[in-house]
Amino acid sequence: MMPTTLSPLVRELRAALGPGQVLSEPSDLVPYECDAFTVERHVPRAVVFPRSTEEVVQVVRLCGRHGASVVPRGAGTSLAGGCLPRGEAVVVMLTRMKSVLEVNLRDRYAVVEAGVPNLALSRALAGTGFHFAPDPSSQTASTLGGNAATNAGGPHTLKYGVTVNHVLGLEAVLGDGSVLRVGPVADPGQFDWIGLLVGSEGTLAILTKLWVRLTPDPADYRTLRVVFNTVDDATGAVSDIIAQGIIPAAMELMDRGIIAAVEEAFHFGFPLDAEAILVIEIDGLTAGLDAQGRRIAEICRKWNAREILHAADAGQREALWQCRKMAVGAVGRLSPSYIIQDGVVPRTKLPHILRRIAQIGQAHGVRIVNVAHAGDGNVHPILLFDERDAREVERVHAASRELLAECIACGGSVTAEHGIGVEKLPFMSQLFAPADLAAMRRVRHAFDPSGCLNPGKLVPEGETRDG
Amino acid sequence: MNPSPDNAKRASNGRGPADAVDYELFLHCVHCGLCTSSCPTFTELGDENDGPRGRIHLMRAVADGRLEAEGPLRRHLELCLDCRACETACPSGVHYGRLVEPFRMAMETQHRGLLGRFDWFREIVLFRLFPYAGRLRLALTPVVWAQRLGVWGLIERLGLLKLVPGRMGEMVSLLPPPVSGGPRLPKFLPAKGRRRAKVAFFVGCVADAMFRHTHWATLRVLQENGCDIVIPDGQGCCGAIHYHAADSDGARREADANVAAFDLDDVDAIVVNHAGCGAMMKEYGLHWQDAQQPRRQAFADKVRDVNEFLDALGLVPPPGAIELVVTYHDACHLGHAQKITEPPRRLLAQIPGLVVKDLPETEICCGSAGTYNLNEPGMARRLGDRKLENVVRTGARIVLASNAGCLLQILREIHEHREPLVAMHPMDLLDLSYRSEQPTLPEAKGL
Repeated sequence: MMPTTLSPLVRELRAALGPGQVLSEPSDLVPYECDAFTVERHVPRAVVFPRSTEEVVQVVRLCGRHGASVVPRGAGTSLAGGCLPRGEAVVVMLTRMKSVLEVNLRDRYAVVEAGVPNLALSRALAGTGFHFAPDPSSQTASTLGGNAATNAGGPHTLKYGVTVNHVLGLEAVLGDGSVLRVGPVADPGQFDWIGLLVGSEGTLAILTKLWVRLTPDPADYRTLRVVFNTVDDATGAVSDIIAQGIIPAAMELMDRGIIAAVEEAFHFGFPLDAEAILVIEIDGLTAGLDAQGRRIAEICRKWNAREILHAADAGQREALWQCRKMAVGAVGRLSPSYIIQDGVVPRTKLPHILRRIAQIGQAHGVRIVNVAHAGDGNVHPILLFDERDAREVERVHAASRELLAECIACGGSVTAEHGIGVEKLPFMSQLFAPADLAAMRRVRHAFDPSGCLNPGKLVPEGETRDG
Repeated sequence: MNPSPDNAKRASNGRGPADAVDYELFLHCVHCGLCTSSCPTFTELGDENDGPRGRIHLMRAVADGRLEAEGPLRRHLELCLDCRACETACPSGVHYGRLVEPFRMAMETQHRGLLGRFDWFREIVLFRLFPYAGRLRLALTPVVWAQRLGVWGLIERLGLLKLVPGRMGEMVSLLPPPVSGGPRLPKFLPAKGRRRAKVAFFVGCVADAMFRHTHWATLRVLQENGCDIVIPDGQGCCGAIHYHAADSDGARREADANVAAFDLDDVDAIVVNHAGCGAMMKEYGLHWQDAQQPRRQAFADKVRDVNEFLDALGLVPPPGAIELVVTYHDACHLGHAQKITEPPRRLLAQIPGLVVKDLPETEICCGSAGTYNLNEPGMARRLGDRKLENVVRTGARIVLASNAGCLLQILREIHEHREPLVAMHPMDLLDLSYRSEQPTLPEAKGL
């Protein structure tokens, strides 16, 4: 193929980073037209692979000068289109910034570059007695930079908190190419930069380096798999367990539809006729765990649990978690395309929302299966369809809108952990008052005056710049 | 349309190589990206184009008529090791191998047709030398003598090997240190003690030329475990060399020769000790849809990796203690393609005194990948270095792998980095334990 004439921007990017760190051939750009949210696609102008914060600075400056937008991307596992290129976009791949720079066990932190996969840090920490607590289901692939940009959660957030609770410091490149370094030492009298930047989805800055908290491994675990004949019983048990003052490390729900896919993928031995399964994990000091496990089992039996299995060993526990974490991907066995939703409601509304989800699916003729971080009221209805059927796609969108509106009506929100991206943008005006959105736009303007950082995500464009 | 590479030849109606692929198989991929971190080339390069999701995206774009299978797209597909680690990682059960293999085969055929050039390495070395153990051994005779006379070391030290160009140079660098292979394999070996099974042994080509000592070790271990062993005449290469070099017809000829050579009714299993051959033979039924297909499938159904076979049979515990730290590397064609990971570990665990340490990133390819290390030496060496670093981190003295390609690749790494390590097949170590002997180890790295 003849090289296409390079645009001035691409020429300058190649000069700054070296030709091996810049993609501009049309075919090379196609895989970057979407992430794990495939409903919208847009091919970027170029893809760059900076190897240092300084190179990110150069990229941002060049893009600013040429009026191109900058879309940071790690493993590209966003389910909300967080990495979708918009307009004349340059995708900034952070995957070549993948060093674990320091592990400090005495002070319980690690310093990592943004492109380190979550699991790579866990591997680096294996045997030290510490771990990085946030464990999104994508953790085998997703990067720590991406986890921070989306404030990722995971099953164990119920007890350990989300990513923002585990970031101690950061280095980030702002929209004008300046570098912000925060922490890791607590410095009173500062704004809470970390609170602001973690979860900002690349709209305020590109995160390049993180100081993350290391959490001591629990001394012991008990992992239970509980089988229910109705979803109502399972969600009832969840609320009851929390109401009794027990905070499990994780409490996960899978419904009948997803169980079938998971069983086909991993052959764990899940009963295919069960309406709901809870995976409940408690951890801490060995003493007391068995007693707590018995109390949980009692509560579950009160809610008509038909079978309670205690994971016999580490291998069985790992297999159980693999089933839960890979559940969403296993949906590919049920249908060629899916959208996984990310609604959150007050825990006690779980029975209601899951009933409504089933009704909404029926009303729109859309098959929906569910996984849920039930302990924190976070439901992930998965809507199944075939992307080649345009009318079915339309029905799926309508069902999605309706069930998310229902989450808001219950006093919840349209995202707990996947982020707003492009997918949830239309809901922002239902969630926030115009004045709130205007304030968000002003914050964004302060960090990124030219508006080049990941445009069209998180905060809807206003009528005027200051709302 | 079925995913047979037979269709590759018909790849002329518009969508190019994508015609060789069953479009439905693309739809299993939901684009979640969980495969990316399992992919050796994505891990090294960080580019979607060099990861499984991106490669599927590219192939599908060709199928959809958006892109042509040429230029950089071709390179990205060539750089794939076909290690199939992504299949293990994929929760949706995407058959990546059944996408990339026929696609690449058709792409190669098309490309070769366009070039019209004679590739002597492919035609002579790959197709006329490698698949014949006898010819290969003959070709290596000067090297073996040079090694025995100590001249080889001198040639290496003078850097003369670097003068051998291209793929031949890579090949020479992969030659293992000299080991006495032992005599020709007989036609029959009896079980020791009570007979528990009757098996046929698959000999192969490169494996027989380079690792006959491992064949003997495997046969002795099978005898110790009560197996009568027949070694049929008329068998040859499994066909993987041809198949992975885009010669579907050549592979089919080898497959059919093997199918004809083995009497399936006479034996409980066809036992093979190298993962690359085993994976190929287990897929005989998938590759070609013609009148022979049922016979190939029946053959495939009888094929067992030796680790898998002994684990299922129940290993007779070996008596000899080997008090060493070792580590086990999962050959891609065993772990990913055949999904056999625990059996070899369970067998090794029965050697008294042996400590088997977990190998970090064991599921990531060592870079050998059949003849990949001859065709893509740059990436192969990066992955080889990465593998050796991980092995060294375990503190093991021996690294075990159930595949000739991995052993050659890892042995080269060990040799070039002068690490005090040995690479061998699990059967080599089990055999030593049955014979109450100790492995020969190089001296630990001194000052």
